[in-house]
Amino acid sequence: MAEKKQVTITIDGKDIKVSDDLTIMQAAESIGIRIPRLCYHPDLSIEGSCRVCIVAVEGSKFFISSCSTKVTEGMKIQTNSPEIRQARRDIVELILDNHPKECQTCERDGRCELQNLAYDLGVRERIYEGCRKEFPLEDSSVSVVRDAEKCILCGRCIRVCKEVQGIFNLNQHHRGFHTEVTPAYGAKMDDSVCIQCGQCINACPTAALQEKRHTDIVWAALNDPKKHVIVQTAPSIRAAIGEDFGFPPGTPCTGKMVTALRKLGFDAIFDTDFAADLTIIEEAHELKLRLQKKERLPLITSCSPGWVNFMERFYPELIPNASSCRSPMQMMSAMIKTYYAKQINKDPKDIFVVAVMPCVAKKFEMERPEHYLDGVKLTDAVLTTREVDWMIKSYGIDFVNLEDSEFDNPLGESTGAGVIFGTTGGVLEAALRTAIVELTGKKPEDIEIKDVRAVEGLRERELTVGDIKLNVAVSNGLVNAKTILDKVINKEKEFHVIEVMACPGGCIGGGGQPYPPKGYKILDPKLFAKRAEALYSIDKGKKLRMSHENPSIIKLYKEFLKEPGSDIAHKLLHTHYQQRFPKGIR
Amino acid sequence: MNKEQKTDEYIEKCKKELPEHILKFIEECNQKEHPDSHLISVLHKVQDEYNYLSKEKMEAVAQLMQIPAARVSGVATFYHYFRTKPVGKLIISVCLGTACHVKGADLVAKKLEEELGIGFGETTTDGLFTLEPARCLGMCAMAPIIKIGEDIHSHVTPDQIPAILETYFEKYNHHEKKK
Repeated sequence: MAEKKQVTITIDGKDIKVSDDLTIMQAAESIGIRIPRLCYHPDLSIEGSCRVCIVAVEGSKFFISSCSTKVTEGMKIQTNSPEIRQARRDIVELILDNHPKECQTCERDGRCELQNLAYDLGVRERIYEGCRKEFPLEDSSVSVVRDAEKCILCGRCIRVCKEVQGIFNLNQHHRGFHTEVTPAYGAKMDDSVCIQCGQCINACPTAALQEKRHTDIVWAALNDPKKHVIVQTAPSIRAAIGEDFGFPPGTPCTGKMVTALRKLGFDAIFDTDFAADLTIIEEAHELKLRLQKKERLPLITSCSPGWVNFMERFYPELIPNASSCRSPMQMMSAMIKTYYAKQINKDPKDIFVVAVMPCVAKKFEMERPEHYLDGVKLTDAVLTTREVDWMIKSYGIDFVNLEDSEFDNPLGESTGAGVIFGTTGGVLEAALRTAIVELTGKKPEDIEIKDVRAVEGLRERELTVGDIKLNVAVSNGLVNAKTILDKVINKEKEFHVIEVMACPGGCIGGGGQPYPPKGYKILDPKLFAKRAEALYSIDKGKKLRMSHENPSIIKLYKEFLKEPGSDIAHKLLHTHYQQRFPKGIR
Repeated sequence: MNKEQKTDEYIEKCKKELPEHILKFIEECNQKEHPDSHLISVLHKVQDEYNYLSKEKMEAVAQLMQIPAARVSGVATFYHYFRTKPVGKLIISVCLGTACHVKGADLVAKKLEEELGIGFGETTTDGLFTLEPARCLGMCAMAPIIKIGEDIHSHVTPDQIPAILETYFEKYNHHEKKK
């Protein structure tokens, strides 16, 4: 690798010294000049396809893209002039020329990067009237809907799928005017190696990729007097929901969220955190058995449905290692349709369970045949954080000024361990809190196991629990999971427990979370840190911070489930996996 | 249940999609420094063998070369040379380059469409001919040119078309009878 060298360049008349491995865009940013951009993302590879970030460089006959050009000694750069601004505007006008004129009826109206950019650059009319590409809407998928007519071929979805998630499901196919981003062979999303994580939706600047909408069926259920409609909210929702209503990132909004859902007309509001606690009880039991028998180690968590899909397509040989526990969402739904249904004397068929999730893959998970119980679907609808935010706005609820309220019982009580499920390392930390007590019989001195909070995406640690040494690993973003899983497959290292979350940052960075607010970017570690902080602050504020201390859980086992790993627990709380085709290439 | 065995089964299934010499070629490519850089050569060989790249063949290439399928089909659809739909036994390329155009290639093309009952990019129902446009075959002095299979026909006029096609019908039927 070449040595980094300092070069002197001139940007807009100002001489600066910068490292020669910077691009013009980065050099400009270092002195507070933000060049407009569209296809660029700092954490993804450089595409240079949109040309919006053009600048003038002395000696060059044409404008050059600043995201893909490195600085060189003596470079004289101009980032702004009437001509440059006009050229950028022309470029965006030409992109718009090939884009549907549906802004007012589009899912991303007001939150669209292309729309915002066009406004910023001063596009005030549609000048060009050319041919527009025509592609059918691909909405056959249970999770991810693809609208190629809204695609501007920036390639961000392709790059996030390949570079962050390690899937490489999407690619540009055909050429020129006929170019379309699709899975291999133009296949439908559900027939491809797509793991339904929804990161492509987050990365898309327009509405070319969207989650499958469930709001319609939820409105219908809420208006059906025969249906008892119950909602559950995942741990990470409370940490992000406020952003869409103008709260600064990291503002915990649990109380307002519950009130808003009650106003929407849900008959009961339960906390998926409760089921997260339940997951810990079952998973800790599973781990204990496997450690005793020294079999099927490492135990790999199975809460993240994107990861489960990834495992079934890319690492089928690890299926026996995955925890057989259903995800907290599905455990909660199972408890609602059995335990709770009995309590309120309702036929499970008349109960409609809505899950508010940070996740798009949950929409796939709820459709799995393994997640039916005696012919009844466990979860009836999955709303992403974005969808529920829209429902709250659409209903006319003044979220900002809502009073706080509490979850309903008996499935609304949770511990601090349950709430941290929403961020990377949380499941492992929660499991360890309980495992330490189980294995040593003592409460740990410091309940917080900060060492497993893998904010950087990947962490391997050796922990001592009593007289047992545990090799643990935590990963988020599936490219990071590959590193660990390959070590397992190649028998390079013996792990005992591995937590895998499909999305960067864990659920707080899920494919269904709000688009980043102003000042933050997609995949922004700063945004994830704020959301995680919200969860940790809730955890800190809880009296009970270990899952097995949850009184409602203790009661549940006493009244209904008997003991962890019992026959009934197995039927209701556990599942199985299978290899899926086409097989992914890792 | 042994999962590894199941995975191998999938690779075995992929191997059955391709003939021995292509499997050998892929094997050789995989030994080289940048196996992915040989993707196009492999696709050429597959197309030479089957006239087009079916989904099954591309999937086999992807699995055997361990290149993500989206990249394989992205490459296959980007280059005009590669076909992803089945073609007839014989491809009729009608040169529509400047010289051929001046010499009446459009009339030749029209006659071919009439006689075969298909348009450009289509294949006759008996699977014998696929009609395709070509942009200059480099034989401008002999314009207009059509290429049928590996045969070049020069100075073609529309009224010669039925007789030219007839020779291929005969040849083809002859083959069928022999079988």
